Amino acid sequence: MYDFDLVIPSSVADAASAMKADGAQALGGGQTLLPTMKQRLAAPEVLVKLSDLAEMVGVSAASGILRVGGATTHAQVAEEGAAYPALAALAGNIGDPAVRNRGTIGGSIANNDPAACYPAGALGSGATIITDRREIAADDFFTDLFETALDEGEIITAVNFPIPDAANYQKFDQPASRFALVGVFVARFGDAVRVAVTGASNGGVFRWSVAEEALSADFSASAVEGLAVNAGDMISDLHGSAAYRAHLIGVLTRRAVQSC
Amino acid sequence: MPDGGIGAPTKRREDTRFLTGRGKYTDDFTPQNTSYCAFARSQVANGKIKSIDTSAAAAMPGVLAIFTGEDFVEVGGNPAGWAIVSRDGEPMKEPKRPVLAHGKVRHVGDAYAAVIADTLEEAMDAVEAIEADIEELDAVVDMASAVANSGTLVHDEIGTNTCFDWGWIEDNRAATDEAIKKAPHVTTLELINNRLVPNALEPRCSIGEYDPGTGDYKLTTTSQNPHLSRLLISAFVLGIPENKLTVLAPDVGGGFGSKIYHYGEEALVLAAAKKLGRPVKWTATRTEAFLSDAHGRDHVTKIELACEKDGTFIAFRTETMANVGAYLSNFSTATPTFLHGTLMAGNYTVPNVYVNVKAVFTNTAPVDAYRGAGRPEATYSLERVIDKCARELGMDPVEIRRKNFIKKDQYPYASAAGLEYDSGNYDALMDGLEKTADFAGFEARRAESAKQGKLRGLGINAYIEACGIAPSNLVGILGARVGLYDAATVRVNPTGNISVMVGAHSHGQGHETAFPQIVADMLGVDPETIDIVHGDTSKIPFGMGTYGSRSLAVCGSAVFRATEKIIVKATAIAAHMLEDEPDNIDFSDGVFSIAGTNKSVGFGDVALKAYIPHEYPIEGLEPGLEETAFYDPANFTYPSGAYASEVEVDPETGKVTICSMVALDDFGVVVNPMIVTGQVEGGLAQGIGQALLENSVYDDNGQLLSGSLMDYAMPRADDLPSFVVDHSHATRCNHNPIGSKGCGEAGAIGSPPTIVNAVVDALARGGHDVDHIDMPVSPSRVWAAMNK
Repeated sequence: MYDFDLVIPSSVADAASAMKADGAQALGGGQTLLPTMKQRLAAPEVLVKLSDLAEMVGVSAASGILRVGGATTHAQVAEEGAAYPALAALAGNIGDPAVRNRGTIGGSIANNDPAACYPAGALGSGATIITDRREIAADDFFTDLFETALDEGEIITAVNFPIPDAANYQKFDQPASRFALVGVFVARFGDAVRVAVTGASNGGVFRWSVAEEALSADFSASAVEGLAVNAGDMISDLHGSAAYRAHLIGVLTRRAVQSC
Repeated sequence: MPDGGIGAPTKRREDTRFLTGRGKYTDDFTPQNTSYCAFARSQVANGKIKSIDTSAAAAMPGVLAIFTGEDFVEVGGNPAGWAIVSRDGEPMKEPKRPVLAHGKVRHVGDAYAAVIADTLEEAMDAVEAIEADIEELDAVVDMASAVANSGTLVHDEIGTNTCFDWGWIEDNRAATDEAIKKAPHVTTLELINNRLVPNALEPRCSIGEYDPGTGDYKLTTTSQNPHLSRLLISAFVLGIPENKLTVLAPDVGGGFGSKIYHYGEEALVLAAAKKLGRPVKWTATRTEAFLSDAHGRDHVTKIELACEKDGTFIAFRTETMANVGAYLSNFSTATPTFLHGTLMAGNYTVPNVYVNVKAVFTNTAPVDAYRGAGRPEATYSLERVIDKCARELGMDPVEIRRKNFIKKDQYPYASAAGLEYDSGNYDALMDGLEKTADFAGFEARRAESAKQGKLRGLGINAYIEACGIAPSNLVGILGARVGLYDAATVRVNPTGNISVMVGAHSHGQGHETAFPQIVADMLGVDPETIDIVHGDTSKIPFGMGTYGSRSLAVCGSAVFRATEKIIVKATAIAAHMLEDEPDNIDFSDGVFSIAGTNKSVGFGDVALKAYIPHEYPIEGLEPGLEETAFYDPANFTYPSGAYASEVEVDPETGKVTICSMVALDDFGVVVNPMIVTGQVEGGLAQGIGQALLENSVYDDNGQLLSGSLMDYAMPRADDLPSFVVDHSHATRCNHNPIGSKGCGEAGAIGSPPTIVNAVVDALARGGHDVDHIDMPVSPSRVWAAMNK
């Protein structure tokens, strides 16, 4: 690890001004950033610690929305997210207890790892990402692998999840990292269905619109039978071919619908 | 017999310190004024070192010294411990393995420079400032291309990528070929024994110290065998006289083979300590462990099984390419040959066996012995091809094995692969397995799985292995460059408690608990009064360390022999004290007595007399009570076992879930059954890791794709079922005094074929035409096999 300065702000406003420094980097739970820094693969000059900002921590439900503060840990969402059981279950199955007690929703969504769980939950729910500057719809937020709509220095202060009538997340583990080899989040709001897929695509998390249409017309596992994503867009690596990932998307989507 | 003797399930006394954070590992030692070492390692798999400019690095803060390969040109290479002769009579090719790469780098992670600085961060910063001009060359990765020598060579000076081309037993080759040609049925299977990264919890670590006042060196290091490291450093690499070098291996957090070997980093910290007059410490990162620890397995094999139509075996013929990586690690040449080829007759009365092994240099990390070392490869090939043969013949996999088992009245049995098995009872193990694993209930369980949409399969395996490799006279004829005895000193202290100095090294095996049980059992004293000293060459007799499940069978036997000598001498002292002849003295439960009288003296009083020799027959009997024994076994020991596993396959995803794992092993006499169960369970976890999860993969350019725990899948608790372990079906080893055979590797040997057999069985019963899937049997591979 290279030397760096650590800023511990006392408010979001303080954090936002600290983020203006050259080489500043927001530090959430550090579950990706710190190992990367320890391997000297990242060298931020200033870390701005967001995880203890009270105004960014907490889970609350009102008017059909589950609001999760940007610095809320996965463990807290798993524990306190009962108003949105599918999301609480997703959070409770990220990493291991050590990761869940440190890692934060803001950190996960800002990093947009193509195999992370939260991007599927946010996109599948049609969540709104709230920053210190604006509100961004999940559909506009996840732009590419490790890329988001966030501007330089912008801080995720909260994520608002509309609570669906039914939802389920199916995660198939990559055997080593236990990130999602493929993860599918299905959410039904009345007749409208959203299907978000993580782990699989070369472009990161995406909505499977063909399945959404089919499920919006007929919310049953058989409705997606025979549908397939284009394997040509899928990741192929040590742990699974593109064809295998494309196949798993179908299997997991059916299972998610059955579990709704 | 006292409580806690041979056979007692005594809790491990070492766990008190391990479980309370009081273990003391190499990195826990920081001598005063320690400096720190970091290595510059190659980013390319094969490259010509054109220049290394260290001037900028040398000027950086805190930098004390920088070494490159140039600094070690005059010192020796790290040698191979076993010389193999090729079929054509040519000796194997032994390119020099230098302390630091010189001229060429030969694998990603090959160290070409080292920086010593006041702090680790300064050393790492300086490593980044070294300017190395390394011209990348094509990498040799695939073994088949390497053997063809069509492109690049790993070592230009030897003119080939083939280290040796070995036949075992060459005189049996023609008969085996002929038998296969004429056989009514031949089953052929091509398979890969996947390459593994050992991944001990504790990465390697070494501290070099030099005392200019005495000229003494000290190396504290993560070693399974400190005397071997000292011998290699002294006699081959640095030339430091053995009497001037102490090697200390304190608590070691797992080895699994990877810490048997001497590595260049150990020589480097010693040389640097001498140059600087300061202690020099190096601790591997996990990345360095992935890139530079000796890996395991990595065989590509074709095996043929010839038999009668009724399943009677006629011949086994194996052709294997074994990857040795970029350099010969110390036992890399023994592992695919004498620890593999000699086991290729398995538990069977097959008359013809022939094994051909080509060892191949590639631009990858060195490959050497890893838990099981050659025997898992042998068992996997054999037990997979037998299963395939049974399927082809429509025979039950149990029946085909039983039909060919060596029977219990056939011992000693000379196997067609050149070993003499001294004892065993494979039918009894299989009888026990059928009951314990409840074969009769399998169909009902399968039907239940089918209701859940899962395919259930049952896999079995019968294995034999060879532990405590020996005797020295024989292994010497076969090419070993070391002896394979071990040593123990039993020192009875004046107040009667006992220190036992052993050549074996405990890094998870529980020696501190088990060895005292032997001595306590023989002397009739409380095992709590006995302590083991190990891991320090300045304190222990010259022993060969711990690997190959040898500690109990070889070093334990040395402990036994030394204790016998103690009893002889103590009896003589007791005879003097009781005023009679030694022949008239009985010794039991710690008391010397004269039969038919009430005259007796306790062991403690005899010990005291030995050290306070007043009224002592000094003319005929030396004072003191301390004895050393070196024990050189007459033969290998031959543990055997029968394993069964049931798995469920999710046909939609290909995911395999292990429902049950039953391991019946014959380890001979068991000293501590609780420790043995733990050893088997650990072995099973590693074997299941190989079967389902672990895979070390290089791309065509020689980059390690599975270079971290994000991509290299280690088994976790929820990957494993609850194990059923039973070692009650024991037959005594006939040639060592304890009667023990060795248990450390069995689980890792017996489980991989069991799991793969079960998966193939599940798919076959589910109507899929799949006769083999290479390990790791990952979900994607199973799915691909089902949908090919």
